[in-house]
Amino acid sequence: MSIVTVQLGQCGNQIGFEVFDALLSDSHSSQGLCSMRENEAYQASCKERFFSEEENGVPIARAVLVDMEPKVINQMLSKAAQSGQWKYGQHACFCQKQGSGNNWAYGYSVHGPRHEESIMNIIRKEVEKCDSFSGFFIIMSMAGGTGSGLGAFVTQNLEDQYSNSLKMNQIIWPYGTGEVIVQNYNSILTLSHLYRSSDALLLHENDAIHKICAKLMNIKQISFSDINQVLAHQLGSVFQPTYSAESSFHYRRNPLEGFKDPALYTSWLKPVNAFNVWKTQRAFSKYEKSAVLVSNSQFLVKPLDMIVGKAWNMFASKAYIHQYTKFGIEEEDFLDSFTSLEQVVASYCNL
Amino acid sequence: MTQSVVVQVGQCGNQIGCCFWDLALREHAAVNQKGIYDEAISSFFRNVDTRVVGDGGSISKGKICSLKARAVLIDMEEGVVNEILQGPLRDVFDTKQLITDISGSGNNWAVGHKVFGSLYQDQILEKFRKSAEHCDCLQCFFIIHSMGGGTGSGLGTFLLKSLFDIISKIDLMVNSGKLGTTVKPKSLVTSSSGALKKQHKKPFDAMNNIVANLLLNLTSSARFEGSLNMDLNEISMNLVPFPQLHYLVSSLTPLYTLTDVNIPPRRLDQMFSDAFSKDHQLLRADPKHSLYLACALMVRGNVQISDLRRNIERLKPSLQFVSWNQEGWKTSLCSVPPVGHSHSLLALANNTCVKPTFMELKERFMRLYKKKAHLHHYLQVEGMEESCFTEAVSSLSALIQEYDQLDATKNMPVQDLPRLSIAM
Repeated sequence: MSIVTVQLGQCGNQIGFEVFDALLSDSHSSQGLCSMRENEAYQASCKERFFSEEENGVPIARAVLVDMEPKVINQMLSKAAQSGQWKYGQHACFCQKQGSGNNWAYGYSVHGPRHEESIMNIIRKEVEKCDSFSGFFIIMSMAGGTGSGLGAFVTQNLEDQYSNSLKMNQIIWPYGTGEVIVQNYNSILTLSHLYRSSDALLLHENDAIHKICAKLMNIKQISFSDINQVLAHQLGSVFQPTYSAESSFHYRRNPLEGFKDPALYTSWLKPVNAFNVWKTQRAFSKYEKSAVLVSNSQFLVKPLDMIVGKAWNMFASKAYIHQYTKFGIEEEDFLDSFTSLEQVVASYCNL
Repeated sequence: MTQSVVVQVGQCGNQIGCCFWDLALREHAAVNQKGIYDEAISSFFRNVDTRVVGDGGSISKGKICSLKARAVLIDMEEGVVNEILQGPLRDVFDTKQLITDISGSGNNWAVGHKVFGSLYQDQILEKFRKSAEHCDCLQCFFIIHSMGGGTGSGLGTFLLKSLFDIISKIDLMVNSGKLGTTVKPKSLVTSSSGALKKQHKKPFDAMNNIVANLLLNLTSSARFEGSLNMDLNEISMNLVPFPQLHYLVSSLTPLYTLTDVNIPPRRLDQMFSDAFSKDHQLLRADPKHSLYLACALMVRGNVQISDLRRNIERLKPSLQFVSWNQEGWKTSLCSVPPVGHSHSLLALANNTCVKPTFMELKERFMRLYKKKAHLHHYLQVEGMEESCFTEAVSSLSALIQEYDQLDATKNMPVQDLPRLSIAM
């Protein structure tokens, strides 16, 4: 079962590269404690899931790269090609020149409709290459303009055109102390739109990963490359093939399905149904053993509440609103977003 | 990648512009070792086959043949532009992209704006259209001019009006301290005094260098790669919370000119501290003791996100941000350092510290205006009326009042406003 990855904006593309790199180097790493047969099954499953095969044997990532300015995509294409181990498809990119100016409205209302056909065509071609297609993995940030705005637009389109497929959005939560001044606006607009069109939102906070780099990994001068690698490592371990309930050598068919019905730890759900454990003999990368926890919990409430609060304060003073209204996102749209998100916060709080 | 066009108006504008093109060529020469015309260099330069006569000579790829600046040079007297065209940079400029006259504007805004404006309006638009045609994707006009003279200020503001509805522009205004008017689009205000500590033989050279470096650093993250890019349209998006408050103060560290070869490398953290000190601001202002509406930090060189974060955490407590934008930082990391340095920082701030500059300007203006001194020089120009003056003053007063209102919120406790409550 194959997954098509859509990488949007600078963040999405930089992370996407690290993820494919991590996945491939994991599948090539030593088989450790498992048998050769198991290892081969693992490698085959991993490859099929994320890569398609070219004539000369070089795996091509099942990915679509989208950005509104060319520098980052060009960099990622050449980095992949330089690795010699894998590469991106020649026609898998969509690029423009002007960027989105950190403006969600520009990404959503201008770039979205303008480039809808071209982007969806590239995605369709990638999906057609899959023998059995399971769903989309969309990597984007919330703070900028392309990842957030165009990302929301593309996810909506995917929901319309591929309503039976699963869509999982990997979202990067920006640093609390600002990478982009209007990041709170962009974030609430993104989250409220994705809420309706995405099946699952996997969230990673830059602040949290930064702490991991500093405290657990002892990196002195942390770069975005370090942060992205840690993230890719986590994502890699989540997505690699695991055993399904049926048999030992039968790798779980659809990795995204497990996320479809996120478990809630509440009194009305028995713990045995709430907790899903997926196991594999084959260790991840160079580790003997590793474990990954993906959870849907109230952990989300505090950061979400904070972002909504900050955005609300800024909105009350009407600061920067003219930058959004000039591209068709009105105050009403902001209020809609606030309402949806307050509902989400309230729902989680009521558990 | 997009292209930008530099419009240099008047003596000041052209001298700074000339400095800029020199520095830009050096920067690209240092980065572009193979001599291939790439996207980075195309942002400010065209590649032209000089053997081809007429307009057909543009080459979009391959080896660099002859670089032509994407510039329009405008001056109402010929001396400065002629000097440029006879100097070492003469081959960089396209002689068709000039507009000159003989008599000059006589330090008279009205002459620059009304007389030369109407005389050269068509030519100006034609030159702009031409430069736009030479671009794949034109994003920005940079307009360099002084406020104090006649051409830079008068004709400069005239052409700004012409461009207003066409495209985004960043306006680099140099305040030399005389009569002037307020300008509408996005503006970066710098002052010719206050930034230099050393004595130089030709003081304007060093000052022009600094402003030229400012423009280079401003565009570095758009031209070169980095882990966190910042395009020009992101500057206006993040730093202009309200359309009328678009005056930005800049500071550049380290401050240097081409002749300073033996500057010891500064510690990274010191660079950040310097950027917020009064002495490094390119305007006589003290942002640390005023209110920040927004702040952008554009870092070049071997600096990573953790360095940036560490310094923001360190400096934040000593800075005052407006209540609705407590974490108002926009950051960018460009991996290419400036020539001769391992790293540099350009800080752009939207800060109420510009208010004293505007107030001083208004005061000096009123002193002359009350006595009606020199007024006849302006009023005798066709199209110029007293209402031009009164409108200018009232728009300046309104601006000062906006800053006053914001300043009044300084030191007030930040209150969280009541949020929407949802019925479950």
